[in-house]
Amino acid sequence: MSDVHFLEVQGLEISAYINMPGEATKTLILVDNISFTLKRGEVLGLIGESGAGKSTIGLAAMAYGRAGCKITGGTMKIDGVDLLKLSSKEINKVRGTRVAYVAQSAAASFNPAHKIGDQVIEVAIEHKLMSKAEALDYAGKLYAKLGLPDPENFGNRYPHQVSGGQLQRAMTVMALCAKPDLIVFDEPTTALDVTTQIEVLATIKYAIKDSGVAALYITHDLAVVAQVADHIMVLRHGKMVEYGSTDKIINHASQKYTQDLVSIRAMEKQEQPVPDSPAILQVNNIAAAYDGVTKILNDVTLHLHAGQTLSIVGESGSGKSTLARVITGLLPPMQGEVLFNGKPLSSALKNRSKEQLRDLQMIYQMADVAMNPRHTIGQIIGRPIEFYFGISGAENRKMTIELLEQIELGEQYFDRYPAELSGGQKQRVCIARALAAKPSLIICDEVTSALDPLVADGILQLLMSLQEKHAIAYLFITHDLATVKAISDSIAVMYQGSLVRFGQKSMVLSPPFDDYTDMLLSSVPHMELGWLEKTLANRKMQSADN
Amino acid sequence: MNINFLQSLASHLSWGARIGLFCLITFALAAIFAPFVAPFDPHQIVGDVWAPITSQFWLGTDQLGRDILSRLIHGARNTFFIAGAATLISFSMGTFLGFLAAVTGGKMDQLLSRANDLMMAIPTLIFALVVLSVLPANMIVLIVVMGVLDSTRVFRLSRAVAIDIVVMDYVESARLRGEGTLWIIFREILPNALSPLFAEFGLRFAFAVLFLSTLSFLGLGIQPPDADWGSMVKENKDGIVFGIPAALIPAAAIAILTISINLVVDSILSRTSSLKGGR
Repeated sequence: MSDVHFLEVQGLEISAYINMPGEATKTLILVDNISFTLKRGEVLGLIGESGAGKSTIGLAAMAYGRAGCKITGGTMKIDGVDLLKLSSKEINKVRGTRVAYVAQSAAASFNPAHKIGDQVIEVAIEHKLMSKAEALDYAGKLYAKLGLPDPENFGNRYPHQVSGGQLQRAMTVMALCAKPDLIVFDEPTTALDVTTQIEVLATIKYAIKDSGVAALYITHDLAVVAQVADHIMVLRHGKMVEYGSTDKIINHASQKYTQDLVSIRAMEKQEQPVPDSPAILQVNNIAAAYDGVTKILNDVTLHLHAGQTLSIVGESGSGKSTLARVITGLLPPMQGEVLFNGKPLSSALKNRSKEQLRDLQMIYQMADVAMNPRHTIGQIIGRPIEFYFGISGAENRKMTIELLEQIELGEQYFDRYPAELSGGQKQRVCIARALAAKPSLIICDEVTSALDPLVADGILQLLMSLQEKHAIAYLFITHDLATVKAISDSIAVMYQGSLVRFGQKSMVLSPPFDDYTDMLLSSVPHMELGWLEKTLANRKMQSADN
Repeated sequence: MNINFLQSLASHLSWGARIGLFCLITFALAAIFAPFVAPFDPHQIVGDVWAPITSQFWLGTDQLGRDILSRLIHGARNTFFIAGAATLISFSMGTFLGFLAAVTGGKMDQLLSRANDLMMAIPTLIFALVVLSVLPANMIVLIVVMGVLDSTRVFRLSRAVAIDIVVMDYVESARLRGEGTLWIIFREILPNALSPLFAEFGLRFAFAVLFLSTLSFLGLGIQPPDADWGSMVKENKDGIVFGIPAALIPAAAIAILTISINLVVDSILSRTSSLKGGR
C-alpha cells in the first residue's frame, strides 16, 4: 500500500436550489466545508442522522449531485485529478471503473428483468475493461470469495430468486467487478435483519481488505461503522462534528454529540417483578394465516401484566406484526383465543365493544401514513376524546392541549398539519392519539425503527415516563435488541412464526440460550473494536440466509 | 386578506389557465346577467333569415331571423345549469358509491362494481336516447338521466383512488378506533381524494356540455323555442350547405368553453398534486 493520499477532498460544498412557484430561488447549503483524505485500503465511515448530508457526500465522490443539487465549491481529487473539473464524458469514464457505488436497497438497484450475472459484469464490459468471458470468470471468482452459494451458477439467477443478504453481496461483487479504486457503500446493511447484517458486514470488510480498494462507508449506526472503518467522520446538518480514528471516536469522543451517539444503547429499564394479579393480555395457542392455509403464526402463547412491557423480537417474516393484527382483531385467527382483562376478545373487529376498542390502542411504525395528512394535529388527537368520551368543543381542546404538553410539543402545534412536523414529532403525536383514549394496553409496532437513533431514544424515554404515570402496558414489537433491553419487563423471541423463548427479561437474556436466541443476541453490533471477528468466530448457528 | 389570497392564486396559474379563467368568467357573467346583456329578445324575429354579421347583429341571425348573440347568451344559462347540475349529481352519486365499494370491499364491492360494468357496457348515448324518448321531456328528467349515466365514470375513478387510500395506516387506525363507514368515507378518504376528483369534475363538466349539446342536436335535449348551444347548432346546420356560418358560432362557443375548462383544470391539477406541503 502506498502512503500517498489516494482521495483528497478539500472544502467540499454542495447546495440545493429550491424553486417555489411565485418565490425567488433559494439556495440551501447541504454540505458545508467538508475535507478528508483517504489512502488505498482504508475505510472512512461517514455517520450522521438523516439529513446530515452523508449520502450527498458519497454521491459527490462520484461527481454526482442528486436532482436539484449542485457541487458549488471545493475540490475532490482522485490520484491528484480534480473530478469536479472533468467534462461529463470523462466523469462517465471514472464512474464504475474507478469509483463504484453500493446502494442501500439492493432489491431496488437490480433490474428484476435481467439475470444477476449480466448486471454484475455490465460495467466491466461497457467500459471495455474485459471480454465477456473474462468478466464472467472474474465474477465467478468473486461470488466464491464473498461466500455466495453455488458460485458457478449464481449469476444465472434472477434478483427475486436470491435472499436480501445475498443480493446485497451480489451488489458488492458488481462494484468490485470493474476493479475500482474507491467504493462508496451507502447504508448497505440498513435494510437487512441483524442476523443477516453481520454476515454481509463481514463480507464487505473482507472484500475491502482483499481487493485493497479505498472505501467510504455511510451509515447511521455507529456500532456498525466501528466494525469496518479505520477513520470515522461524524456529520450533523451538513457540517463536520468530529473526525478521527475509529478508536478515538468510539472510546474518547470529544464532542457532546458524538458522546450521545456512542452512549445511545446504554439505556436500560429496571425489570419489574411479576405481579400476582392476572395478566391483562393473555394469548392462548394462536395460529393464523392470511390465506387460510400457510400458517404465519404457530401455536403462540404468551401473557402480559398490567403496567408492564412485553417485547416481541424476531427477524422480518417471523410473524410478530401478524400477532399484533390478531390481537387488534384485523386478522381473525384460525385457532386459539385472546383474553383481554380476563375476558375473551371477539376474533373479528366489528364484534368488539367500543369499550374494548378504547382500552387497546395501537401505534404504527410509519407515523407519516398513520395520520391523515389533511387533518390538523388538534383534530387527530381530539377525535378519540370526542369519539370515546363524547367530549367536544372547548373541553376537548383543553384536553388535547394537555396531551400535547405531555408529549412535549405544546399548544402551538394544535393547528398544524402532519406534513409540518419532523419524524420524531409525528411519532409523538401518534403516541398522544393513542393516549387520548386512556387505554390500558398500547401495541407499539416498530415505533422507533424509522427514526434516527437520538430521536428514537427520546421516544422511548417518553413512552417509559408515560408508563410510569398512567400504568399503561406496552406490547412492543421490534427487531432491535437494544430497544428491547431498554424498555422490557418480559421478552418473547419469535422465529418463523413460533415462539422460541418467552419469560422475564433477566431469564430470556441470560444463558443457557437456545441456538436461535444465541445467534440473535450475538448479531447485534457492539460499540467496540474487533467485535465482528470475535463474534463470527464463536457462533453456534448460521443465519437462515446461508 | 381575501384579495391577497386571490392574487397569490392568480400568480400561480399558468398563462393558459388565466386565459381559460377569463373566458369562463365572461361566459358566466353573460349567463347570469343575460336579460341585461343580450341586445335582443332571444325568441323574437328581428331580421332577415341568416343575415350576415353586421354592426346591428354582431354574430348574424339564425334560420328564423333571430339574433344569434342574444340566443347564445340566453342559451348559456341552459347549458351551464343543466351540465352543472348533471355533473353534481354524477359526482355525488359516483364518489359516494365508489368510496363505499372501496371501504366495504368484498361482496358489496363486487355488486356495485359489476352493476357499474353492466351500465358502462351499454353505449351512453344510445342508453340516453332510449330512456329520454320513453320519459317525459323536461329539464329535471334530462338532468337526472345525464347525471346517473355519467356517474359510472366517476364511480370507477373514485373507487380506484379510494382503494389506494383505504390501505393507509390512518384508515386502519380509524377502523381500530371503531369509526363507522360514513366517517371513514367523508372524513378520512374524501379530503385526500379531492385533488383528482376536482380535476375530474372539470373534465366531466366539459363532457356534460358536449353530451347535452349532442342530445339537443338529436332533438332530445332542450326543446324549442328555448335554446342551448347544441340545439342552436342543430337549428342552423342546414345553412352550412349554403355556405352560411351560423351553425359554427355556437359550435365555436362550445369549443372555447371546453378548452377553457381544461386549461384551468390542468393548472389546478398540477398545483394540488405537487408533493410539497400537506394541503
